[in-house]
Amino acid sequence: MPTLNEYLMVSGLLFAIGFAGVMMRRNIIIIFMCLEMMLSAANLTLVAFWRFGNGNGMPADGYEAQVLVFFVIAVAAAEVAVGLAIIVALFRARCTVHVEDLNSMKG
Amino acid sequence: MSVLFYIFSAVMLGFGVMVVLNRNPVSSALSLVGSFLGLAALFITLNAYFIGVIQVLVYTGAVMVLFIFIIMLLDVKTEQRRNLNYVAMGGGLLVVLALISQLAILLGHFAHGKQQLAVLPEDAAVHQDVKRVGEAVFSDFNFHLQLLGILLLVATIGVVVLSRRQGRADRS
Amino acid sequence: MTTAFIILLLPLIAATLILLVTRNRPDVSAYVSVVSAAICFLLTLGLMGESGPAGSFDWLNVGGLELKIALEITGLAKGMMLVVTLVGLLVHIFSLGYMKDDAAKARYFAGLSLFMFSMTGIVLADNFAMMFIFWELVGVSSYLLIGHWFRKNSAAEASKKAFLVNRIGDFGFMAGILLLWGATGEISFAGLSETLGRETYDPALLNWAMVCIFCGAVGKSAQVPLHVWLPDAMEGPTPVSALIHAATMVAAGVFMLAKLTFLIVAAPVAASVIQHVGALTALIAALMATQQSDIKKILAYSTLSQLGYMVMAVGFSGFVFSGEVLGVSASNAGFFHLYTHAFFKALLFLGAGAVIYACHHEQDIWKMGGLLRLMPVTAITFLIGTAALAGLPPLSGFWSKDAVMAAAQNNTLLLIVGAMTAFLTAFYMSRLCTVVFFGKSRSLAASEASEVPFVMRVPLIILTVGAVLSGFKFAYGWFLNPDELPHPKGALPLVLSLIGIAGIAAGYLIYRGRDKDPIRVKVFARKFYIDEAYLFLVRLLQDGLAHVAKAVDQLLIDGLIVRGSARITSGVGSLLRGLQGGNLQSHVFLFGLGVIVIIYLITITITSR
Repeated sequence: MPTLNEYLMVSGLLFAIGFAGVMMRRNIIIIFMCLEMMLSAANLTLVAFWRFGNGNGMPADGYEAQVLVFFVIAVAAAEVAVGLAIIVALFRARCTVHVEDLNSMKG
Repeated sequence: MSVLFYIFSAVMLGFGVMVVLNRNPVSSALSLVGSFLGLAALFITLNAYFIGVIQVLVYTGAVMVLFIFIIMLLDVKTEQRRNLNYVAMGGGLLVVLALISQLAILLGHFAHGKQQLAVLPEDAAVHQDVKRVGEAVFSDFNFHLQLLGILLLVATIGVVVLSRRQGRADRS
Repeated sequence: MTTAFIILLLPLIAATLILLVTRNRPDVSAYVSVVSAAICFLLTLGLMGESGPAGSFDWLNVGGLELKIALEITGLAKGMMLVVTLVGLLVHIFSLGYMKDDAAKARYFAGLSLFMFSMTGIVLADNFAMMFIFWELVGVSSYLLIGHWFRKNSAAEASKKAFLVNRIGDFGFMAGILLLWGATGEISFAGLSETLGRETYDPALLNWAMVCIFCGAVGKSAQVPLHVWLPDAMEGPTPVSALIHAATMVAAGVFMLAKLTFLIVAAPVAASVIQHVGALTALIAALMATQQSDIKKILAYSTLSQLGYMVMAVGFSGFVFSGEVLGVSASNAGFFHLYTHAFFKALLFLGAGAVIYACHHEQDIWKMGGLLRLMPVTAITFLIGTAALAGLPPLSGFWSKDAVMAAAQNNTLLLIVGAMTAFLTAFYMSRLCTVVFFGKSRSLAASEASEVPFVMRVPLIILTVGAVLSGFKFAYGWFLNPDELPHPKGALPLVLSLIGIAGIAAGYLIYRGRDKDPIRVKVFARKFYIDEAYLFLVRLLQDGLAHVAKAVDQLLIDGLIVRGSARITSGVGSLLRGLQGGNLQSHVFLFGLGVIVIIYLITITITSR
């Protein structure tokens, strides 16, 4: 049977892949997808800790962890909607989705 | 059980790598769908059936459709192989490797993490987790649920305001 | 809802109504205000039989502090309410004529109503906190009314001065209230009186508290050294001067002191301070009044002087003579003088207002003259008011001044000061009347003067009746016990009336037929240079402070803090500019490094524990 460490490692890898995507890609939509991946990795960690919460491979008593994950998913959905709307507005204003072209904040 | 875990992990991570490597945004988005399906399966191996289902419904169902829709709407072309940003690549790999090695070292010292997943009895309460989560959400966390509803409403209004065309705003 | 609450709230409602609804209809506004004042007066008459608490509700409870909006009807409050509502009503009516063509009539009447509300609040308040709130509200309405013609620079300045000077006194008042509250834990008058009777407190504390509270009275009742605002306040419309700056608001300080007799009795040092400040004010204000040429200024200094009398009398309640404290009888004398003074001083001010109105807003007495023939009703009522102020028997001023002097009769110094003031009072009033009403007209405006309209005559006549009769027992007996007034010894009343007659005769003989002032005492005319002294002091302090501030500003603030910090900021900024590349991915890279460092630090602290 898989151990808690394996789950945590898998979730860490997913997070790292997401981070690499954010670092390397220039398309802002794909960067946004990678952000979602990182968020999901965190969810996986939460659920894993819940499942191994009892100390001997049995789930913890309460359901707070799952409720938290549920809320995270819901908030993430709202975030995606707003984020995509911002991307659309940005695209209208600048006609680009490449982050290298979006450098008006350069100091 | 272990086999399933490895299969789904491989699916999730493999599609995740595809998201980063694919140059076509549509392919990336579809890879992300695959990755999320693997993730949902992992949730289910952890006996979190409700979260797994939600993951499929909300992420792969709704959010990814939204992504693909936006990609279509903006008509984003395949990323040209412009001069590769080696600095960014190098920096990214550096941070990623540092993160993973740090995690690996940490987990090596994490004794609690060595426990194995126990097989639950047939009549375990966990198998009714939709009911349990529902009870928790609608009783103890009811207020938070209401707040969440308001947040979603605000987000909806915000999206409408953000995506309204400038010209129309002037006319009104 | 008790009657007292209705009396309190009605003027507020009227003021609100005027400001919110009828603002653009000046005539309607005026009548709203007059009607509210009339109803208040009638309700007050109904209040005369009552006494004791008259309704209360909790305002706030914080820890041990319980603040209540509570009304209490005492003898003093009944007398004061009668003065406030009756004089208030008459001034409202007089204003209908006086302010007939004023551009901002609605604002004026709203101000009057607001004042009636605040004054009622002071009179009926049963605790210090509430009294202080209304005390400040009275200051605000006085500010608004003095500055009614705010486009005139002097009026704006005068209102500002009145407000600021009052604030100085009020600061002391608040400190006194807090001192008392801190020591006794009581904030209501009844509770305070009871606690002081039950337990003994450090007399030094009580003296300090009383002196601080007296500061409030010094500000509001314009005692030396905070008297400077009252003469300047005459920039306001004359009916306002009659109501606020002669009859009611300036008497609030005396009323408050009279209400605190129990505290003055317990604080002998403070009592002595109060006596002497009052006597000093009475004397020097009377001296200043003898050399003024503005009719309203003369009356203003006269008011100061009479207020000094009242304060002195109230201060005598802590005076010990042959082992006995004078107590309530002395403060009753002060309040009695307040009561009669309100009538004849309001009469004199409204009479002056009528004269000013008739002479086309001319206020210099040396440009008037011969008005007895031209406006007989005004002149005769004014002369009666003068006689009352000079203390001629049997007019009201005689009885109350008698009581005040009787309170002072065992302190020779202050008795002599009081007698001198009485002589000077008769003298300057006689001077005023001789110049204004007798002789020949000295200007075109004065020769064209004619009797004022009916609405302005009626209040004069009613107030004349009050000035004549209010000194008799039937007019004050229902709120002051005549047996609790100090009884004059020997020939004191006779001497006082002789002094009054002598003053009047001297004034008439010296000023008969003169066109210029034959006596010139520059010190009196320039008000003892007190204003100049204040100006000098303020300049000295301000300029000194300004120089120090400038040095600090240039060296420390400008040199070190502003320029130094600017240099540091720009230096650090140009260093950090390199990081702020505007490139999303470089930010993410730094962010990732940061996360790694944080995880590293956290795991180190966990494992090392």
